[in-house]
Amino acid sequence: MSTSTSTSRADILGNIRRSLHVTGTERPRVSVVAERLAQSPQGPIPARGQLDHEAQVELFKQEAERIFASVVDVASVQDVPAEVARFLREANLPATLRMGSDPRLAAMPWTDTALALTQGRSDGDDLNAISHAFAGIAETGTLALVSGADNPTTLNFLPDNHIVVIAAKDITGDLESVWARLRTFQGKGEMPRTVNLITGPSRSGDIEQTMLLGAHGPRRLHIVIVRD
Amino acid sequence: MTLHPTSPQFKDNAHGALRDPNLQKALGFVRRGFTTRRAAAVARLPEMEELRDAARDLKNHVLANLDLYLERYEAKVIASGGHVHWARTSEEACAIVLEICKARGAKSVTKGKSMISEEIGLNDALEKAGLEAVETDLGEYIIQLRGEHPSHIIAPAGHVTREQVEADFRRVHTDLPSERVLTDPASLLAEARGILREKFLAADVGVTGANFLVAETGTSIIVTNEGNGDLTQILPKVHVVLASIEKIVPTLDDTATLLRVLARSATGQDMSVYTTLSTGPRRAGDVDGPEEYHVVLLDNGRSAMLGTEFEEMLRCIRCGACMNHCPVYDAVGGHAYGWVYPGPMGSVLTPSLIGVDQSGHLPNASTFCGRCESVCPVRIPLPKLMRHWREREFERHLSPATVRGGLSVWAFFARRPMLYRLATGVAMRVLGLAGKAKGHFTKLPLAGGWTDYRDMPAPQGQTFQSQWRARGRA
Ligand code: SF4
Repeated sequence: MSTSTSTSRADILGNIRRSLHVTGTERPRVSVVAERLAQSPQGPIPARGQLDHEAQVELFKQEAERIFASVVDVASVQDVPAEVARFLREANLPATLRMGSDPRLAAMPWTDTALALTQGRSDGDDLNAISHAFAGIAETGTLALVSGADNPTTLNFLPDNHIVVIAAKDITGDLESVWARLRTFQGKGEMPRTVNLITGPSRSGDIEQTMLLGAHGPRRLHIVIVRD
Repeated sequence: MTLHPTSPQFKDNAHGALRDPNLQKALGFVRRGFTTRRAAAVARLPEMEELRDAARDLKNHVLANLDLYLERYEAKVIASGGHVHWARTSEEACAIVLEICKARGAKSVTKGKSMISEEIGLNDALEKAGLEAVETDLGEYIIQLRGEHPSHIIAPAGHVTREQVEADFRRVHTDLPSERVLTDPASLLAEARGILREKFLAADVGVTGANFLVAETGTSIIVTNEGNGDLTQILPKVHVVLASIEKIVPTLDDTATLLRVLARSATGQDMSVYTTLSTGPRRAGDVDGPEEYHVVLLDNGRSAMLGTEFEEMLRCIRCGACMNHCPVYDAVGGHAYGWVYPGPMGSVLTPSLIGVDQSGHLPNASTFCGRCESVCPVRIPLPKLMRHWREREFERHLSPATVRGGLSVWAFFARRPMLYRLATGVAMRVLGLAGKAKGHFTKLPLAGGWTDYRDMPAPQGQTFQSQWRARGRA
């Protein structure tokens, strides 16, 4: 921080305090803030996603389809490559696929298919990519993906067709459950560099409010739920 | 301030807008699109009202403790390897961004949609410094080509028809074959997508706004549908986040509450397509993401609103619902408001940020019908705040004498709610009877500027307040 922005910082905080008639050292305020940060109390959670797990998986599918994702269930991780090959073939897409270094994806039987795999981030030349989700949210049909070499963020946005694998057990009811998982995974107050909450394929309504899919991100979002 | 306000000419602007057939056509799409979708999304969520209460209370809590949350947020950003810059004014904010660009020898800057960028006039500052600034949100891209400013906070090109977009693309994209077909929105989108892809991949710095800044984790959040904000922030070496100080939210759980009301109020989606949480720069082992992560925290008059009757305006989460439901916005569009923020929220915020002398007519740009307040996800009492400005304007004698005369009568009644209800009740019944035959008036005495262009519906013989009560909502 340069000197000028540190003067600005002091001014802005000073102005806020003058306007609020506070000093910033009041014990009750300091402890209310510390408590909220430590306890992260939850707001109202809609009943929609508060179901038993099987019903959550069903709701996740319904909601994701409602916002124009396609969703398929497979019984086990062994079935994922064949499903991906089928999806690409039926959409008349080339049999290519880019992925990160996620060991769960790497362990799948890709050699059973004719797919040409490449590995790493996208530089904008890939038509199809596959990622593994961190979690899913039944309430809104949303996927949560975290950044890293396992699932590079560029794969979520540059390819035209994005396929996301999610384990049924990682589908939760609500956003709050995803925050809880992130805290378990990273520690409270810590975050991965990027968390992408993705709800359907990219869209725009900027021309006469006509809803169009495939604005800057993927035109197709295909979700494969692994049941076992 | 690079965007010179034309708010003082609101009345002239409004007259021009009412005569513009393209604008009137485009505004029809805005109204029909947004209001029906919001209503459908709200109908699907029984907890909406409870969530709006929670969102209001949460924002009030943040504002009362803003200094402490900002300090915590800053500490967390720094701990995650990011930089925080504080800017008192637009000029300071632009200077900070330019400094960051210069340090990296940047030539090209891509931009996600950011109202703060519009507020500080960043594009002009970048271009003056010899940098290419490329707006990447489709709507923002269209208006950048047109040399215009956004007319709506979430639908920046809401005033443009598809025929106009086609003409602009043909004028600017001269490398493409002139016989190409560009008549439907899908072909326009595909063309913009292709052109902007190149820009994304070539950019040195990406600038985005932020919907929320999370104090718990030092995270900035953007909420978008197109994915342009994400390409803006993951491809260049440097990501700069522009955010005003009131964007702070204590914890991730608090963002859940705001996310649940934001997209529903804005576009009628349950969630926008991309909600992206960013914390610091590229980590060890990452194969993509920015090497530098900067946040510019802008005050620009907001700290002075705290503790005043306008503090409630700082709860705003920029969903746009108030303008989508505003009969004045629907009639004249966003540009008539003359500065960055249009509609009811602009009528309250603009005088706070650029001064009531620069924006005196805006708080009068209202029928006080109350629809804005009835849809605001954080329950900002927009009509009440507009009234506060009218009273201030009156006290400062900035209004012409005729307006002052009328206002003094109005203020007399407004301070006496019983009398106001009685007086407006009588007037409504008289108007209701007089207009019964036709159901609407094509001319109203003293309201020529309004009825020249549209019909005033005849009142149903009851005031808004009494109908509201009768429906058991008051
Ligand atoms: S004032 Fe309320 S309705 Fe208007 S943009 Fe802000 S949050 Fe939305």
